[in-house]
Amino acid sequence: MTETVDRELGKARTRKEDARLISGRTRWTDNITLPGMLHMAILRSPVARAGIGKIDTDQARASSGVVAVFTGADLAAEQGSLPCAWPITEDQKSPNAPSIADTTVNFAGEAVAVVVARSAAEARDAVDLIDVDYEDLPVVLDLETAAGDEEVIYPELGTNCSANWVFDSAQAGSGGDVEDAIRDADVVVRRKFRQQRLIPAFMEPRSVLVDPTGPQTTMYSATQVPHILRLMLAMSLGVPEHKIRVIAPDVGGGFGGKLQVTPEEFLTFLIGRRLGKPVKYTETRTESLLAAHHGRDQIQRLTLAARGDGTITGLKVELLADMGACLRLVTPGVPILGAFMFNAIYKIPAYHFSCTNVFTNKVPTDAYRGAGRPEATFGIERMMDELAVEIGVDPLEIREKNWIKHEEFPYTTVSTLTYDSGNYEAATARATELFGYPELRAEQARRRENGDPVQLGIGVSTFTEMCGLAPSRVLGSLNYSAGGWEHAEVRMLPTGKVEVVTGSSPHGQGHDTAWSQIVADRLGVPFEDVEVLHGDTQISQRGMDTYGSRSLVVGGIALVKALDKVIEKARPIAAHLLEAAEDDLEFTAGSFGVRGTGAAGVTIADIALAVFAAHDLPDGAEPNLDSEASYDPENFSFPHGTHLCATEVDTETGAVRIRSYVCVDDIGKVVNPLIAEGQVHGGLAQGIAQALYEEAVHDEFGTLTTASLADYLVPSAMDLPRFTTDMTETPATSNPLGVKGVGEAGTIASTPAVVNAVLDAVRQFGVRDIEMPCTPQRVWQAIQGGSK
Amino acid sequence: MIPAPFDYAAPSTVEEAVTVLADAGEDAKVLGGGQSLMPVLRMRLAAPTTVVDLGRIPELRGIREEADALVIGAMTTHDEVCRAESVRAHAALLAEATHTVADPQIRHRGTFGGSLAHADPAGDLLAPALALDASMTIAGPAGRRTVPAAEFFVDFFTTALAENEVLVEVRVPKHTGWQAHYEKFNRVAQAWSTVAVGAALRMEGGAIAEAKVGLTNMDTVPVRARTVEAALIGRPVTAEAIREAARDAAAGANPGTDANADAAYRTQLARVLTARAVTAAART
Repeated sequence: MTETVDRELGKARTRKEDARLISGRTRWTDNITLPGMLHMAILRSPVARAGIGKIDTDQARASSGVVAVFTGADLAAEQGSLPCAWPITEDQKSPNAPSIADTTVNFAGEAVAVVVARSAAEARDAVDLIDVDYEDLPVVLDLETAAGDEEVIYPELGTNCSANWVFDSAQAGSGGDVEDAIRDADVVVRRKFRQQRLIPAFMEPRSVLVDPTGPQTTMYSATQVPHILRLMLAMSLGVPEHKIRVIAPDVGGGFGGKLQVTPEEFLTFLIGRRLGKPVKYTETRTESLLAAHHGRDQIQRLTLAARGDGTITGLKVELLADMGACLRLVTPGVPILGAFMFNAIYKIPAYHFSCTNVFTNKVPTDAYRGAGRPEATFGIERMMDELAVEIGVDPLEIREKNWIKHEEFPYTTVSTLTYDSGNYEAATARATELFGYPELRAEQARRRENGDPVQLGIGVSTFTEMCGLAPSRVLGSLNYSAGGWEHAEVRMLPTGKVEVVTGSSPHGQGHDTAWSQIVADRLGVPFEDVEVLHGDTQISQRGMDTYGSRSLVVGGIALVKALDKVIEKARPIAAHLLEAAEDDLEFTAGSFGVRGTGAAGVTIADIALAVFAAHDLPDGAEPNLDSEASYDPENFSFPHGTHLCATEVDTETGAVRIRSYVCVDDIGKVVNPLIAEGQVHGGLAQGIAQALYEEAVHDEFGTLTTASLADYLVPSAMDLPRFTTDMTETPATSNPLGVKGVGEAGTIASTPAVVNAVLDAVRQFGVRDIEMPCTPQRVWQAIQGGSK
Repeated sequence: MIPAPFDYAAPSTVEEAVTVLADAGEDAKVLGGGQSLMPVLRMRLAAPTTVVDLGRIPELRGIREEADALVIGAMTTHDEVCRAESVRAHAALLAEATHTVADPQIRHRGTFGGSLAHADPAGDLLAPALALDASMTIAGPAGRRTVPAAEFFVDFFTTALAENEVLVEVRVPKHTGWQAHYEKFNRVAQAWSTVAVGAALRMEGGAIAEAKVGLTNMDTVPVRARTVEAALIGRPVTAEAIREAARDAAAGANPGTDANADAAYRTQLARVLTARAVTAAART
């Protein structure tokens, strides 16, 4: 049997890919230059909704270096519609989603014309020479107004509402009727929260290079999803799949923002093929903020029913979700992911969820780190605090009263998911200890008593999430068009070195390091002897890519299964070389030996060389140790954690300073603690950013007024506290490594922890809620308004 | 982020710069350190026909000390201002404010004169220059002239500089022994000031003998808080006295509204930050 020696797993290795990523001396898409390459620039609509009249491109065509100019009319016959892979209902309404506007524009930033020139500068200059007649139409921006259909954006659809999706525990048989619960409750808490629109703001702007020369058309793209992209190019544009190769070289961040099949990719592909020459497009930072998909943007109406002692009896969730102007790859499914997470870590006897997806004249929304789950976690965790206030108990106590106890796992929730494992008691106990919870409460009381201008607030958030986006059958039951499996290949080279091919393609996560550790651990080869290959459909034919905290819990397990196949292929050859019976062999620390003899055996590297020479193999043995495996998990992974935040709120200026932040996450077994901690830190930064800093703002005309990083405030290390992070370890029972996803954990839990802390500081002034982001002005105004 | 095409000139003397500007006409733009102009060009918010780079004019760089004033060349970088012993000794408020400008990389490129000539009301060096009664030496076709700070800042992004003029140097009267603090309030570390307040105090026997207070981003131009200055004279340094004096910090200012703050909130910030700036200055 194979035995895992716990040597590499759990080691806090620094990442082998970091030197090249940090220095930039690597294959970012924009760093790639091909012979004869042309450059593309896009004219984008300055208005949010208009008919397109005459487009005058004469001056642009005559401009220096210009090779071609295209408008929507030029590409109408072949551009098709950008794909949406997640029709959430049978009767979902979906407008045509062109890559370049043809007769109307429906959001500011939509492509209206494209210039191809010999240099990027000439292409950009010529864009300014194009003149477009826009025939203004009324814009639909406000989500609630849009839902009322006063002005309908797409008359052919007859409504701005795309779909209505409902889950009801009484109908599903997983719980009671929520209206009964509300009617019979001792306490009913009703709140309305707004999830502001956010911009993923990845570091590397999107870039795409299409090379139509050669047998296949090759697309290099800064994408999270090279495999999905290839499939969608084939299915949407009618180009045979085997004639397309997609390469995601090193990719500089995504956070879901590059989990997309974009207009820019389609345009570059169509135009490169039309011109027969390599064409590159790299967006500016402003285009990135303006035209890459946004995230969040929901209005949540929540009703929580409870008994007088704080026991929850029912939860009703009514959502409005802003789709933007059309449906991108998984736009409509994002709020639906939240449907399974509003019940969070709690035992809720009755649950009703409904969501209406609504079109507005804004850039489409889609996945952004956490995708649906941060919104849900914010909703329920804010409500838990409100309930605690209503009943007059400590927010930790109300959570403990309602959460699933450790001994109750596996536990099937009211929204029908089965959580395999968890220990909320342990994570919470550790977090409160690290935080100094009683001491901070005492300080808070002192400051209140003294009327200190700087008040202290303590915010609590627990969370769990369904991640490791996975079980294909479950995704199918939600009408998602693809599966959730993952693929890995192991190539044993003659010198004993190993090449690993992963279908899960990184964009900053650290796959090269983590996968090398898994190989080193399983095969007993040195960490340095492993090369991880990814992102090129010619090298990695099969894969479902990287999002939803799925890489390790799905792709990592595929790798483990491929590695086990290598070992099993090596075993008869080892037995032959050692002249021993297979059953007498054991594989430890990279070497086969005869059990109990202690004699020197043969290493996996010895066998790789023997297989390459193939001079002396057992009869009929295949001269090849290479193996591959596809893995489709039986369940999601359910990491959880308890986050505690202390904020100092300056009542004179409204400024919020995070005094301390403690989180204890449980992600099961950890392959590399340094990478896991890095994921938590980055996630916390993004979650805190939603609570305090970031918001995509449009003016009354639908123009994005936060289209630069001077206006869209991404916090830096200067603005964030020192994080205190720790882990408890409750292994997943659903996979052989016992691992759970971590990529989105920090983002999901931190936003409500911070907002709860801000409110805890100012609730004494009569403040019940502050809209996110809790800017100094909003906090100050709330204090003024509340104390009146 | 590619700017529109432009001609580039890099004169080596002030006089040559003035000539180049005169020849280039009204669509010329002067490049100091590039802190503000480069993003504007790259985002195509401006498309000058000629960019006149002052970076190769030795006369514009450096800080010299005269009997009663410091004279700071317009192209002296923020970093040079921050590090100069003479600035710390004689114009502490300017050193304090300059230290809050952007980040180290930008402080090595951006220039004192460039910031003043750009005249962004959220820029951090305008209010200190005004409060310290600085004056600007300007070169043009007719020779050189001197304009006091109070007249130099005319409006939103507008100064007394004509299109064919160059800011040569800034004369800052010595405030030797004055105590100073610049209290900056912004949303994130890299953001512009929502409001900021610079205070310089001459202390005598534990009381405030003289006070100079400048407000950033409380109007289209920097604002001198004269009411506060008058109210502080002779006051002991107590929280109550300072808060009382700072109450009318925004008097005479006409604060605008933007994404970060409306006028009422800016007025509150001016009040609170003035009290804090004065308190901190008194304790240095």
